[in-house]
Amino acid sequence: MKWDEFFVTGEPMIYGAMVSIVVASLAILIGLTYFKKWGYLWREWLTTVDHKRIGIMYIISALLMLFRGGVDALLMRAQLAMPENGLLDGQHYNEIFTTHGVIMILFMAMPFIIGLMNVVVPLQIGARDVAFPRLNAVSFWLFFAGAMLFNISFVIGGSPDAGWTAYFPLASLEFSPTVGNNYYSIAIQIAGIGTLMTGVNFIATILKMRAKGMTLMKMPMFTWSVLITCVIILFAFPVLTVALALMMFDRLFGSQFFTMANGGMDMLWANLFWVWGHPEVYIVILPAFGIYSEIISTFSRKNLYGYKSMVWSMVVISLLSFLVWAHHFYTMGHGVMVNGVFSVTTMAIAIPTGVKIFNWLFTMQKGRIEFTTPMLYSLAFIPIFTIGGVTGVMLAMASADYQYHNTMFLVAHFHYVLIPGTVFAVIAGFYYWFPKLFGFRLDERQGKRAFWWIIISFNVTFFPLFFLGLKGMTRRMYTYSESTGFGPLNLLASIGSVGLAIGFILLVYNIYWSFRYAPRDTTGDPWNARTLEWSTHSPVPEYNFAIEPTVKGLDPFWESKKGGHQLYEGKIEEIHMPNNSGQPFILGIIFFFFGFFMVFSWWVPAIIAGIGVVVMLAVRSFERDHGRHIPVKEILETEARLGGEQA
Amino acid sequence: MKLDHTLPLEYRSEENSNRIFGFWLFLGAEIVLFSTLFAVYLTLWNRTGSGPSGHEIFEIGPVMIETFVLLTSSFTIGLFINSMRQGLKKPAMVFFFITLLLGAVFLGVEIMEFVTYVNEGATLQRSAFLSSLFVLLGTHGAHVTLGLLWGIGLMIQIGREGFTLDTANKSFIFSLYWHFLDVVWIFIFSFVYLKGLM
Repeated sequence: MKWDEFFVTGEPMIYGAMVSIVVASLAILIGLTYFKKWGYLWREWLTTVDHKRIGIMYIISALLMLFRGGVDALLMRAQLAMPENGLLDGQHYNEIFTTHGVIMILFMAMPFIIGLMNVVVPLQIGARDVAFPRLNAVSFWLFFAGAMLFNISFVIGGSPDAGWTAYFPLASLEFSPTVGNNYYSIAIQIAGIGTLMTGVNFIATILKMRAKGMTLMKMPMFTWSVLITCVIILFAFPVLTVALALMMFDRLFGSQFFTMANGGMDMLWANLFWVWGHPEVYIVILPAFGIYSEIISTFSRKNLYGYKSMVWSMVVISLLSFLVWAHHFYTMGHGVMVNGVFSVTTMAIAIPTGVKIFNWLFTMQKGRIEFTTPMLYSLAFIPIFTIGGVTGVMLAMASADYQYHNTMFLVAHFHYVLIPGTVFAVIAGFYYWFPKLFGFRLDERQGKRAFWWIIISFNVTFFPLFFLGLKGMTRRMYTYSESTGFGPLNLLASIGSVGLAIGFILLVYNIYWSFRYAPRDTTGDPWNARTLEWSTHSPVPEYNFAIEPTVKGLDPFWESKKGGHQLYEGKIEEIHMPNNSGQPFILGIIFFFFGFFMVFSWWVPAIIAGIGVVVMLAVRSFERDHGRHIPVKEILETEARLGGEQA
Repeated sequence: MKLDHTLPLEYRSEENSNRIFGFWLFLGAEIVLFSTLFAVYLTLWNRTGSGPSGHEIFEIGPVMIETFVLLTSSFTIGLFINSMRQGLKKPAMVFFFITLLLGAVFLGVEIMEFVTYVNEGATLQRSAFLSSLFVLLGTHGAHVTLGLLWGIGLMIQIGREGFTLDTANKSFIFSLYWHFLDVVWIFIFSFVYLKGLM
């Protein structure tokens, strides 16, 4: 590593980014000092183990990453808007589509979903926190350390540039000699360990900490989806851990796993990557299905149609998700038999997914549908996602796939699945659960305006890509000549992407405006909803429920509102809660530096940081922290202040 | 804190029982991790390039010692948990110490084995087979190393506090971890060494 290569130079846009990073960091530091918020930040956020606050931090990080990934996307669309455009050169285009993919999937979609999981799941099952609150904070800070490490790559050392799939031999040291792909293998590894711990934590939480009377088949659908998702995380993420570790060994220590000589096998990477990668797709889509189930049922004023088939279809999807990975590379040389088998398993996924689509439609049938912002996103999801699904079945046919493999058709397909599937879902979930967290609703009129911008612009952006792909435009090409005729449709797509940007700006403005002017909600149940989280106050007190709820059936809060049973029986007793701790935050910082030194192969500092990690583990092992008890008097005061009809 | 006195100490509080359950889940992830490494090894094991094959470098002697000490340590960690259940601190400490000692012997032999390989020119960089061999064995060895550090810390805590809700819980979880490493070794013994020597 030469020092003059340490910072990325020679590109005005990157200088601009450096300046803006420095300015923004200084502004944050000065602001925190001026408003004397350091103590508040440390006590209330950086050291918190409260699942709701950790959830909020995940969501804020996800929104930041949405901005970063969105800027990448706009740069790509600007470059492709006309033929022979010179805005970006090939190398920069490679870096940008790589970081766009990684950031949007791993540092935007995942944390947004994990954020909503954190906020909602303990409330839905009537628990006071997750099973391992401290581990939950560790998960967050590892994710955050990984995300930051990945993001600094574009100013320090250079971004990864071999695609988000980082196929070998392209991603090997021989063909990608910069540190970019070191960042890829190490930053994602750190964040991935955090995700794996989240998986363990939420399975334990859901299986061991449900309210009395809530059997598995009485759990809310979102909780079900999270349980199944976490099982997939548990079995898929270790494969990624291994794949990234082998990549790191190849790049840093000269091993021969994926090389072209000495027995290495480049296809092994593709297989390992997608054995994780395809389940990963379902990790981001299943919770989305759960969110839509909650929202559609709430705003149709009906219970979810086909509850059991919903659960079983998710179980089947989770099993099939591990059996389809080779469909990502039909054209890369496995035989007819393998392609045939994977074609069949892939198409089979359409069956349980179809079951779910019909269940949502039947839930709405004869319901009293209320067109709120979250419901609008859910309604838009169904047809748009179906387009994505049907084109997915087209791609699943191995023989036909040779025609449009790795074209813009594929790009259009997975954006048609991931954006309505995951992005619309997290936005809908955000609008839906926002009042639970902050005690007021986001403004509906502005929300609907942002919705129409996003929905229309999404289709303008991505629908043309289907045709561009069928006409032969491959993905990841940084420019094209005018004679190809790709120009007009690309321009249309680029115009659409500007509309999408406006839609997201309107959404952010909606949040800002509502924080300042939206009227407070004092009921705790602004949507007239069905599940336990709506039966406590908004914002939720740190202990969630003054008395642990008792559940008799599905949609317990709805039933109790209709004059069924009492949810909260018994009297208030003192509540045991975990203490805050600075250790997870410190561990995250140490991991960040460990990763950074590893990226640049600075062994001595890396070893010191590695020892730091072990020391932190030892500190935790020797610590005796049994939490604290909130006295009854304090609970009664809090309940009275929040308008507690429960007390 | 609600305690159910019909249960053994390590399961007695809800927190304790959750931790043991959580650790079982973590071991599930570890099984996938090692399965993936085995899959990589079995894919690459005959892709030796210009380097030596397993048949040429494996020696049965050190492997038998490693197997013997690690299996014995699994037995002694069982005796440790048995003593703990009976509330006998001193024998428990002795068995724990023997377990860690056997673990250290295992690690020493494995390191010597690695040194021999490297001196014979069988390095990580030489071929895909050797890369996968070193990473598979190394991952297991790293787990044993971490286990030794963890075990030493835990012995100090038991020495100070005796068997409490905390230390009993940690001890039981440690024993799960240690047994797991033993199970992984049995697969390494069978699919790496026996397969290679045959």
